[in-house]
Amino acid sequence: MALTIKEVEHVALLARLSLSEDEKRKFAEQLSSILDYADSLNAIPTEGVEPLTHILPIQNVFREDEVKASMDRREILANAPLAEDSQYKVPKIL
Amino acid sequence: MELYELTVHELQALLQSRAVSSEEIVKSILARIQAVDEEVKSFLTLTEEQALNKARALDATGNISGIAGIPMGLKDIFCTKGVKTTCGSRILANFVPPYDSTASRRLDEQSAILVGKLNMDEFAMGSSTENSAFFVTRNPWDLTKVPGGSSGGSASAVAADEVPFSLGTDTGGSIRQPASFCGVVGMKPTYGRVSRWGVVAFASSLDQVGVFSKDVRDNAIIMSIIAGHDPLDSTCVNVDVPDYTSCLDGSVKGLRIAYPKEYFGRGVSEPIRAIVKRALQKYEELGAIVEEVSLPHSEYALPAYYLVAPAEASANLARFDGVRYGYRDFEAENVVDLFSRTRDQGFGDEVKRRIMLGTYALSSGYYDAYYLKALKVRRLIADDFTRVFADYDIIASPTAPTVAFPVGEQSGDPMTIYMNDILTVPVNMAGLPGISIPCGFEQGLPVGMQLIGKAFDEATLYKAAYAFEQNTGFHTMKPKLGVR
Amino acid sequence: MGKDYEVVIGLEVHAELKTETKIFCSCSTAFGAEPNTQTCPVCAGFPGVLPVLNKRVVELAITTGLALHCEIPELCKFDRKNYFYPDLPKAYQISQFDLPVCKKGFLDIDVKGQKKRVGITRAHMEEDAGKLVHQGDITTTPFSLVDLNRCGVPLLEIVSEPDMRSAAEARAYLEKLRSMLLFAGVSDCKMQEGSLRCDANVSVRPFGQSKLGTRTEIKNLNSFRALERAIEYEARRQIEAVEDGEEIIQETRTWDEDKQVTRSMRSKEEAHDYRYFPEPDLPPLIISREWVEEIRAAMPEMPEQAQTRLVEGHGLPEYDAEILTITPESLSFFDRCVQDYPDAKTVSNWMMGEFSRLLNQNNLEIGDSKLTPVHLVQMLQAIDDGTISGKMAKTVFEEMFNSGKSPQEVISEKGMVQISDSSTLVPLIEEIVKANPKVAEDYKNGKEKAFGFFIGQIMKATKGQANPAIVNTLLKDILNNIE
Ligand SMILES: [Mg+2]
Ligand SMILES: [Zn+2]
Repeated sequence: MALTIKEVEHVALLARLSLSEDEKRKFAEQLSSILDYADSLNAIPTEGVEPLTHILPIQNVFREDEVKASMDRREILANAPLAEDSQYKVPKIL
Repeated sequence: MELYELTVHELQALLQSRAVSSEEIVKSILARIQAVDEEVKSFLTLTEEQALNKARALDATGNISGIAGIPMGLKDIFCTKGVKTTCGSRILANFVPPYDSTASRRLDEQSAILVGKLNMDEFAMGSSTENSAFFVTRNPWDLTKVPGGSSGGSASAVAADEVPFSLGTDTGGSIRQPASFCGVVGMKPTYGRVSRWGVVAFASSLDQVGVFSKDVRDNAIIMSIIAGHDPLDSTCVNVDVPDYTSCLDGSVKGLRIAYPKEYFGRGVSEPIRAIVKRALQKYEELGAIVEEVSLPHSEYALPAYYLVAPAEASANLARFDGVRYGYRDFEAENVVDLFSRTRDQGFGDEVKRRIMLGTYALSSGYYDAYYLKALKVRRLIADDFTRVFADYDIIASPTAPTVAFPVGEQSGDPMTIYMNDILTVPVNMAGLPGISIPCGFEQGLPVGMQLIGKAFDEATLYKAAYAFEQNTGFHTMKPKLGVR
Repeated sequence: MGKDYEVVIGLEVHAELKTETKIFCSCSTAFGAEPNTQTCPVCAGFPGVLPVLNKRVVELAITTGLALHCEIPELCKFDRKNYFYPDLPKAYQISQFDLPVCKKGFLDIDVKGQKKRVGITRAHMEEDAGKLVHQGDITTTPFSLVDLNRCGVPLLEIVSEPDMRSAAEARAYLEKLRSMLLFAGVSDCKMQEGSLRCDANVSVRPFGQSKLGTRTEIKNLNSFRALERAIEYEARRQIEAVEDGEEIIQETRTWDEDKQVTRSMRSKEEAHDYRYFPEPDLPPLIISREWVEEIRAAMPEMPEQAQTRLVEGHGLPEYDAEILTITPESLSFFDRCVQDYPDAKTVSNWMMGEFSRLLNQNNLEIGDSKLTPVHLVQMLQAIDDGTISGKMAKTVFEEMFNSGKSPQEVISEKGMVQISDSSTLVPLIEEIVKANPKVAEDYKNGKEKAFGFFIGQIMKATKGQANPAIVNTLLKDILNNIE
């Protein structure tokens, strides 16, 4: 399962990582060898096996619909690298 | 004996008999950190001021019970209100959480005293703590070796007497493997036993909080406090928490211990196999029944893990985008660049590699072949354990295939590093409790034995671990760190 | 052009569920708060936080499913939908992928008497995203600002089958769906506040072709009118394109209200791949049949049931029953009237006549009109006991509608009381008759219009307040009794 640079670029876009050319080349190679290793799973027959999504045998964990105080806005914004008018600031969305 | 060398239960006795004050203990600990942390480098952040103030206030009240007044360290993955929490990453280098993790809050409310935040592999991805964005932590038994990871700082700090106990997290072995490398006790309880609230997520279906300590009793004391239902974590179940110290009677008579042949196979160094086999003989001498079993899907746990964990991580780490907290690239002129550049500069190599791998495993066209296939294999792995636990109380094995390796040795090929987790990952895949206890030495480096239990049966693990510890005494050995 | 083409429409509707708190945290969902005052580490996507499901959200989702005749599967779970956008703090939306809470339902619509059943594919629970506003002048500012108050507000996404064939049908579907959600009490459905949002999937194909054409998805449809216009425009655009031999590109388009056109929203980065996978932080839901039945039992009366009640219980025509059950407000207005005034048809006539005329004129909803059922009933009673004439009633009604005054107030203010007692009328009539002997003569000689002349005079003298019926009889006697 060899990954092409193009595939790496597509995945990097999905993951929002602006990789350098070196990183692309390195990851193409390393991910390929990890995926080869992953392909060893194909040795096990799994037809009819239920995928294990939740390990615990529990369901229906709920909260009641009761309002609790939100966090102080200053605290929520305190870590923001860029904020204005009590809002987070990002480059304009066109 | 210096105060910093003592265990939690020894310190409790001294505190409660008023023989020493919390302030004296904290001062002794801070002095020890001063003396050795320059070489060990366990701590990312120290909270001396805060710690001393809390100790003094506590001494003033005079009512000291439980773990009140006992110093602790936290892996820097636990959110601590008002105290920087970096997760070993540049992207969170300046993050100060406005909330506490449930586990650390419970200790805080019992008046344990936080002395600092401990180094780790970035976002808990690694087995050597070399993936920290800040510096490499050293193994107190040999400063040229790694402490293991990802909770390396939590293990080295306890081993170096910098704290009597610490908390870590374990997604694929991140508590048990460093505990093994550093010769301390490390417990990863059942998935759902301890709340994950406020613990920066790596792989949500595998992550679990646990304890590092100098002996089994200390571990049981702390686990009894942090375990138990939390309405803030929907996966933290409402199952009663026994007082784990009450089962430490030293007896394993009739206890049924299985050892999987797959865990003593190739990949596990010969001396380690021998040392753990000797430990199993010890159990037999103590009256336990020890038999070989098979967990046939063991070899598939690692490849399955390296699809499931990165897939979940790719989503869990997507929130680090430079908007609400953390590192931000200010050059970006549109949001795609803001996100992509921030993340490229903020994340380290291993984290990016796993995000890429996980994103790929979930992407259209590959979901079934990789992610879904891994979930099916995960089921088979869990079923293996269920079958064995129908006839046995615990499963024993080496914790890691090797002893601590030299710093820098494995920084090359990721696959080599991933192999460190081969014996610990299956336990996370099955959501079971696992503990690593010291069981010998190889070339002066500690060797750990892993005991695996039934879901929510941590008590039996503590019971068995305590019996071994009390009849061997490896836990009393301490690394020789030059106190200058 | 166009008549040889069939338009195929499916709608995706996002309805905000009526809860006090958000779906995964305890922040308030109240509308219109100061930016970022209704946020916490959970809905703001901070590190290490975890979602906890609001039970009310599931109950409202099931209620909706039952109202829309859906299956409620035993097992349902949440999934993560992954994509980066500044209004989505975690960079994934907790939604439902392969196991939604509702599936396979339907909605019956009516377009100008044409009844039709539209299939509902599924309805699933999910969290809303935040709000982006441009900082200052949109043309010059390099920045947008992010307000996370709406993050985590519970939504139910209701997806229809591509069963609609015209903009009118699509509008009828959305109107009917809105009414159902209002009756079920699960959502406020305020389009202007965004608590009801609609995307339309539109494609065209030559009549007779079974294969669907390539569809486009139209977003930003904030009103029924916008929905109708946008679909009409988009259908025309696609048909023209097809006829010019162009290829329709599958894409998302936005409705430009000012220019009344749809515009492509394509952006090159958007390699869309949502990478859905099961949400590990939320255990699955097992929805017991008992729970479903409890919810069914507690459901409010739905339009169909109400219509039967109005036809069978109150003897109203089907047509009236349908109109009166378009909104819960109009139904409850009707119900409160007939409690005290059993003549349902008269109530219905006034509601469908004057009332709806004035509502449309002032484009108001029954909810926000000043007129109360009590006042309408009092007015109808005033007509019956002859206090006012039907003609006066129209004036009284309009005044009650505008001012919210009681009929009594209006009548006395305008001095509109009808004169019915003969002691007042007889002398007045005799006087008028005496004053016009010639006309009285004509009457006796059988000139019918002479009678009308006297009526006119009497009404003039009483400013129209004389009770016509009584005047009639009195006038007859008087004329017949003169020598
Ligand atoms: Mg949606
Ligand atoms: Zn919130």
